[in-house]
Amino acid sequence: MSEVLYSIAVEVNGTQRVGHVSARTSLVDWLREHLHLTGTHIGCEHGICGACSIMLDGEPVRSCLMYAVQADGHRIVTVEGLARPDGQLSILQDSFCEAHGLQCGYCTPGMLIAAQALLNTNPRPTEAQIRDAIGGNLCRCTGYQQIVDAIALAAKRIVGGAT
Amino acid sequence: MKSPPFEYARAASIEEACGLLHQHGDAAKLIAGGQSLVPMMAFRLLRPSWLIDINEIAALKFVAFETDAVRMGACTRQCVVARDDILAAHVPLLRQALVFVGHTQTRNRGTVGGSLAHADPSAELPLVAQILEARLVLRARSGTRTLPAAEFFAGPMMTNLQADECLEEIHWPIWRERKTGSAFTEISRRHGDFAMVAAAAQIAVDDDGHCTRVTFGVGGAAPMPVAFPELAQSLVGHRLDKTKARAVAQEAATTLEPDSDIHASVAYRRHLAGVLVSRVLLEAYDAARSVQ
Repeated sequence: MSEVLYSIAVEVNGTQRVGHVSARTSLVDWLREHLHLTGTHIGCEHGICGACSIMLDGEPVRSCLMYAVQADGHRIVTVEGLARPDGQLSILQDSFCEAHGLQCGYCTPGMLIAAQALLNTNPRPTEAQIRDAIGGNLCRCTGYQQIVDAIALAAKRIVGGAT
Repeated sequence: MKSPPFEYARAASIEEACGLLHQHGDAAKLIAGGQSLVPMMAFRLLRPSWLIDINEIAALKFVAFETDAVRMGACTRQCVVARDDILAAHVPLLRQALVFVGHTQTRNRGTVGGSLAHADPSAELPLVAQILEARLVLRARSGTRTLPAAEFFAGPMMTNLQADECLEEIHWPIWRERKTGSAFTEISRRHGDFAMVAAAAQIAVDDDGHCTRVTFGVGGAAPMPVAFPELAQSLVGHRLDKTKARAVAQEAATTLEPDSDIHASVAYRRHLAGVLVSRVLLEAYDAARSVQ
């Protein structure tokens, strides 16, 4: 069966991208396979693990639970869009290194997106708020403590005026 | 884990969505937030030939306050409802329930109408709709009709929505009694999972602490969320204490016929129902009494 292709135009990390996709192509597959933005990971592919989290119009969502065709006309930020324009790590990303907030790295893009979304709206989160913000993201390595530490460290550094 | 092939149409208006439903009938499904539909398609539990996307229909996203009810567009996102302080003051159970619904990432996309139309027996919002006697406006090309929640839900993952109908609006009743309190709780394996058992209650009291209006119910312990209007009515005119709350909760629990599965046995689910109903009754009652 030949599938119908749909034209889409999506702003991805500040750049307008166009594509021709079958309806069933998930957003995460389009990002990875067509745009080669492989920072966003595919874990469970049914909305449980959070590894595929991206920002859609500024809010974190799971990109495995959207079809690429649904993103037409919308604005997306992936983990690649978190770093500074010159490629340097953001304060949040650097804090994950400092606090050893990752081990195998599989969950990390989703954790970073969830954490960034939290810090965007709540610069001084409590530990409970941090844990709630990453509640939809599974990590099988760290036991979460260092991830919580990393996000708390980032918040402290951002509020303290670190650049 | 990839969805089967389908064709896609983005509806610009509810009229267009209803027209497409009329045209494609059973072969089409509406997609709102997709937080349940997309996994079901990935698992190949559903294979619609057409998906009609209603996410871009602005007329399905609104919250409007009227004297006796809050009218809500079916495609209103769960995160929008959870953030709305005025809504929380008028229909507090919505925010109380949404605390237990999924996670930030799923609430940002998931819609209120989608959760109701999906009708998972363990889901939180259907339970709130059931005990508050929410009214659901269903639109087809031929016109609209309104169903009370009790007639909307038809079984596990089943509703009385016809193949050509779209859930358009939900009307959540506002209780005008000054001293009103409500509570929602549940037990699940992990926070954000569907409940093994959930319970919700809303109670109004007079200045002497006598209940003037009571509703409560249980989710996850029957094919659809259950309200207990007769038992609730039996509390009207009385003050509520632990003994009375436990007795009513026990009576409610014994009428339930829950399923047994890998997560919980029949006996455990019934036990949970009794404990949780008792808890929400007392919590709602205390909240109502503490209103100045």
